[in-house]
Amino acid sequence: MDYLPYLLAGVSVGGQYALIAIGYTMVYGILRLINFAHGDIFMAAGLIMIYLCTALPLAVSIPLVLLITVAIGFVIERAAYMPLREAPRMSVMISAIGVSYLIQNLALYLTGGLAKPYISIPWISDTITILGATTRRVTVITPILTILLMIALILLIKKTKIGMAMRAVSRDFDTSRLMGIRVNNVISVTFIIGSLLAAIGSVLYFTNYTAVVPTSGQMPGLKAFVAAVFGGIGSIPGAVLGAFLIGICENLIKSGGGAWTNFSDAFTFVLLIAVLLVRPTGLFAEKKIDKV
Amino acid sequence: MNNIKHRRNKKILTAVNVALLLAIYVAVFVAEQVLPQTSMLFVVLKKGSIYALIAVSMNLLNGFTGLFSLGQAGFMLIGAYVYGIFTIPEEFRQSVYQYFDGGVIHFTVPVVIALVMAGAAAAIFAALIGLPVLRLKSDYLAIATLGFAEILRALFQWKIIGPVTNGSNLLRKFPNFNDFNIKGADGKVAVYLSTLIPFIVAGICILLIVLLIRSSYGRAFRAIRDDEIAAEAMGVNLFKHKQLAFVISSFFAGVGGALLAMYQMAIQANAFTSAMTYEILLIVVIGGLGSVTGSCLGSFLFIAASEWWLRGLDGGTFLGINAPGIFRAGFRKVVFAVIIMLVVLFYRKGIMGDSEFSAKRIAERFRRIFMKRKSKIEVVENE
Repeated sequence: MDYLPYLLAGVSVGGQYALIAIGYTMVYGILRLINFAHGDIFMAAGLIMIYLCTALPLAVSIPLVLLITVAIGFVIERAAYMPLREAPRMSVMISAIGVSYLIQNLALYLTGGLAKPYISIPWISDTITILGATTRRVTVITPILTILLMIALILLIKKTKIGMAMRAVSRDFDTSRLMGIRVNNVISVTFIIGSLLAAIGSVLYFTNYTAVVPTSGQMPGLKAFVAAVFGGIGSIPGAVLGAFLIGICENLIKSGGGAWTNFSDAFTFVLLIAVLLVRPTGLFAEKKIDKV
Repeated sequence: MNNIKHRRNKKILTAVNVALLLAIYVAVFVAEQVLPQTSMLFVVLKKGSIYALIAVSMNLLNGFTGLFSLGQAGFMLIGAYVYGIFTIPEEFRQSVYQYFDGGVIHFTVPVVIALVMAGAAAAIFAALIGLPVLRLKSDYLAIATLGFAEILRALFQWKIIGPVTNGSNLLRKFPNFNDFNIKGADGKVAVYLSTLIPFIVAGICILLIVLLIRSSYGRAFRAIRDDEIAAEAMGVNLFKHKQLAFVISSFFAGVGGALLAMYQMAIQANAFTSAMTYEILLIVVIGGLGSVTGSCLGSFLFIAASEWWLRGLDGGTFLGINAPGIFRAGFRKVVFAVIIMLVVLFYRKGIMGDSEFSAKRIAERFRRIFMKRKSKIEVVENE
């Protein structure tokens, strides 16, 4: 049995999960909110890409997709989460579930319930051969791009002023407000970065799939969240590592074939529950956190 | 003197409440005999009563005990499967389990026992996963329960246990609500009971939940919801009570799942998605977290709006406006989702908040209006 193609696919999918997971982990780090709508933003980016490509050349539509997705993320935060800043956490989480329900239904309406075939992007969906295994170029590009983006993001958080503000807000919401940080702006920036990475992930992810349906975002979203928990929520390198691990494991399970394919999704949740029970703070968590 | 009057008033109000409930049941029964069976009303009543039970069971956990669990679809799945597996008549097993040589189970149990078994199986599973999962707090509990529901969905489609669960194929031909209609000698239906049955089963289950909520256990649940540390200091055993709420909620979710299977006449594991849990959660929120009557009203409204009243939004004409370009398939759900978002954002308490709908409330409201008027009159007289 040749595991190499599965391993390559795993690394690639892992990189795509990582790009989504960063959004989860950053939002959770600051707002203590599981942004259930994040996976749907990822799906929306896929649909927008399809619609834009019918009218515009690729070189215009890709930046435009990133821009529109960022705008969606920003608007969702302002409209659905900001009014509930002082409300109990459960209300915000319910609001997130509501947004997810809204985006999925909107997508269902706009697509008319049909699966929309994803466009094939030249160059990155070309077939290449690595060590005897045929795969697409996107498989190689994804992990490299993910690592580069992760490094850029860590530099942003460690070295810039807005990064410092983010760290302060995630440490203590009220005190940072007292220190003159515009908390709402910081949160908006967080959502913008998260949505941008989700959009990039979406372009890479759907290249490997034939079509986008309204529920396409749900599973990758949940898996990315599990990756974020696994790596220790709030930690960016942790989320990336967790995502790669999940991507590789689920593809290796798929290599078992037959009945095991059903379980490749369930595996993620087995991992989640195991992590929560053994080490609820994840691999690289912040020191103090109230989970258990 | 006052005390006696108060007690008598209370008795009268309870009697009024019971009478109201009975009136609803009689109305359902009469409507079923009189109206044509194809009326959308019956879809709403059947599905609404089932969803009411499931919503109340979720409310027991999320609204009354403050445990944010998203595992409802998983427990419903267990209930539906247990019901289906043990009630398919022997003569149909060969055709239902056609890929698994008729399955391995070759006996059936009566429907009532199957319903209890459905609940019990869900409850046992809840007790097992409750041990580790209930140690987690708020959103981690939510994600862990969601995860278990997803695992169950994969597990029930596993080929290896196919002889029991029929793998990813449909389970069907088990008794459904129409089998309860009493047929006359000529083979025609004499008395329709297919809507009353889910009403009765759901009603009994909801009554049991209400009794639980009103007992000392219910008070302990609410104490945990309001402040865990204070509750513990008052001597409430946190884990025991959380476990109890979780197991009981799952029991009724399991029964609800079995009823849903009876309504849909077929079971497939893939239908019990997290989206189903989200819908039930939204019903609970619309009705009001911590209100049993709110959950019931919420489910009937939700089902009526999504299955009946807003149908026109999908079909081209709504409220007399004909715009097939906008009113096409799926628009109903968009409008619906927007309404839900508005409720979540601006009307966070839902229809009932955490109070209950009852004769007492109505009486009090009238009294308040009356008192106001009276005091106004007095003021006028004094002047």
